[in-house]
Amino acid sequence: MNTLSPPLKGGTPPSRARPRRRRTAFTPARLGVYAFLLTAALFFLLPLYVMLVTSVKPMSEIRLGNLLAFPTHFTLSAWSAAWQSACTGLDCNGIQVGFWNSVRIVVPSTILSIAIGAVNGYALSFWRPRGAGLLFGVLLMGAFIPVQVMVYPLVRVLASVHLFSSLPGIVVIHTIFGMPVMTLLFRNYYASIPQELFKAARIDGGGFWRIFVQLMLPMSTPIIVVAVIMQVTGIWNDFILGLVFAGTKNLPMTVQLNNIINTTTGERLYNVNMAATILTSMVPLAVYFVSGRWFVRGIASGAVKG
Amino acid sequence: MHALKLPAGGSSKAHRMRLKKPLKKRFPIAAWLALLPMVMTVVFAYLGTMVWTARVSLSNSRTFPSGDFAGFTQYARLFNNDRWLLSLQNIVIYGACFIVACMVIGLLLAIFIDQRVVAEGALRTVFLYPYAMSFVATGLVWQWILNPELGAQAVLHKLGFAHARFDWIVDQDWVIYTIVIATVWQASGLVMALLLAGLRGIDDELWKAARIDGIPRWRVYVSIVVPMLGPSISTAFVLLFVMVVKLYDAVVAMTQGGPGTASEVPAKFIMDYLFGRANIGLASAASIVLLATVLAILAPFFYARSRAALRKEV
Repeated sequence: MNTLSPPLKGGTPPSRARPRRRRTAFTPARLGVYAFLLTAALFFLLPLYVMLVTSVKPMSEIRLGNLLAFPTHFTLSAWSAAWQSACTGLDCNGIQVGFWNSVRIVVPSTILSIAIGAVNGYALSFWRPRGAGLLFGVLLMGAFIPVQVMVYPLVRVLASVHLFSSLPGIVVIHTIFGMPVMTLLFRNYYASIPQELFKAARIDGGGFWRIFVQLMLPMSTPIIVVAVIMQVTGIWNDFILGLVFAGTKNLPMTVQLNNIINTTTGERLYNVNMAATILTSMVPLAVYFVSGRWFVRGIASGAVKG
Repeated sequence: MHALKLPAGGSSKAHRMRLKKPLKKRFPIAAWLALLPMVMTVVFAYLGTMVWTARVSLSNSRTFPSGDFAGFTQYARLFNNDRWLLSLQNIVIYGACFIVACMVIGLLLAIFIDQRVVAEGALRTVFLYPYAMSFVATGLVWQWILNPELGAQAVLHKLGFAHARFDWIVDQDWVIYTIVIATVWQASGLVMALLLAGLRGIDDELWKAARIDGIPRWRVYVSIVVPMLGPSISTAFVLLFVMVVKLYDAVVAMTQGGPGTASEVPAKFIMDYLFGRANIGLASAASIVLLATVLAILAPFFYARSRAALRKEV
């Protein structure tokens, strides 16, 4: 248990230390703190554990009903089945189809939505055309409109320009729905850059695009990283937009995963299902584990601050 | 940045420009051109679609939108539709449970993590990782965990609780709570992250003062710290509320609205009537009701917040 008690940092605490930082002695209260946190951590990790364990068991073992038991016969066959040969309806090419579709959707959508968000934020922060503030307000409201209000008219509009059920169509849709948060993200970021810098560039004769490309973009790396994290996870995890707009040839991984699991007839292959679920979650989880604090930063700055 | 350094002669040029016309007043054509995608999005994708949907909700449209005017018959039909009423009831139960559970769990996690615990980073990572997963994956994992034959119920039986019942996912009265469990697992880490950031922003002096006055720590949390977290809590509330309104993926993945229609929710109702049952008029009326509810609940929030922001500026 003593591994849990935090090490006392050498000798006297620094003068600016919080009062609570002194309470590092091992007391019943701290035992309670750790008991709570560990219980919570177990609850949060349980589904991940169940997924992993189920995905490496043969079906014969799963049928015994030992959900939490460790596999006695370790096998990766469910993983290869999930990737290569799991069926959605008549197609039995596995979840890899959806994986590549998602890649094809995520890459252009991320680039396009960030480019537009950056330009919007830049124009709103520095050029401030008359009326743009109001426009931005309405755009932000758009983040709260239920998708269902917009979905059918958008289908009609896209169909009229022959973009419905196509890759460019779903990219446009993701750009539209990502615009409020992306614009907000960049607008807030550029708002922290001193106006004097912009004015100096203006006086120097810099035009709209030149100031953006040569002055603002090179300073925007941190916020671009945050935006990429948000968009890649957000678009990868999207279900409803992909379902409606992507068309059967471009169904993203989430939709295909749901089809594999929920529309299969016959015996349910839980090990294959769980392997497919992990595979689908792999990309956003990898982004999350690699990016760490940047991910949290995205949450904080993406949380629309009315 | 380097290419645009102010040269020595810059100021005279600036004078000339300023004499011609002040910088601000000129109509920035380039800026408006650059904002064109945003203008189009706002005008067509947001406002236009809203108006269109509102118009269709007042017509008799079935498979295709029609131009006739039927007054509020679709709304009357909607509120006589048992499935819609059930989905409203479900979303209210779900929303209340989901928001309260996420807030309580998120707040407790944030406060406990803020007690200078070891492995803080690891704990935070564990509590937040579900948020990186999609609602579809979340729904599917919990569908498997809650599987009545092979899942948690079987585990309980094997542990010796032979009569334990945990088959909520196939029970019409309880199924909505299984969706609460799954989505709380997914989203409470978000609340933790937001509130932890708020807690870290609280001045140390507060704790010193409280300690000098001999106030117990729990009391400080209840009476001072949590009220001080107001802005973070309201941000979390708004985010959770939006998730409640959008609830669709998790239900589709986990229960497909079943058993029967027991876990039907408004977003799914609308999608089904738009694309499956081809009743656009009814679906449009339902989505307008949804929109009005969202605005009615969020508007006071934003109003209060902008008031607070103004007061701070003055």
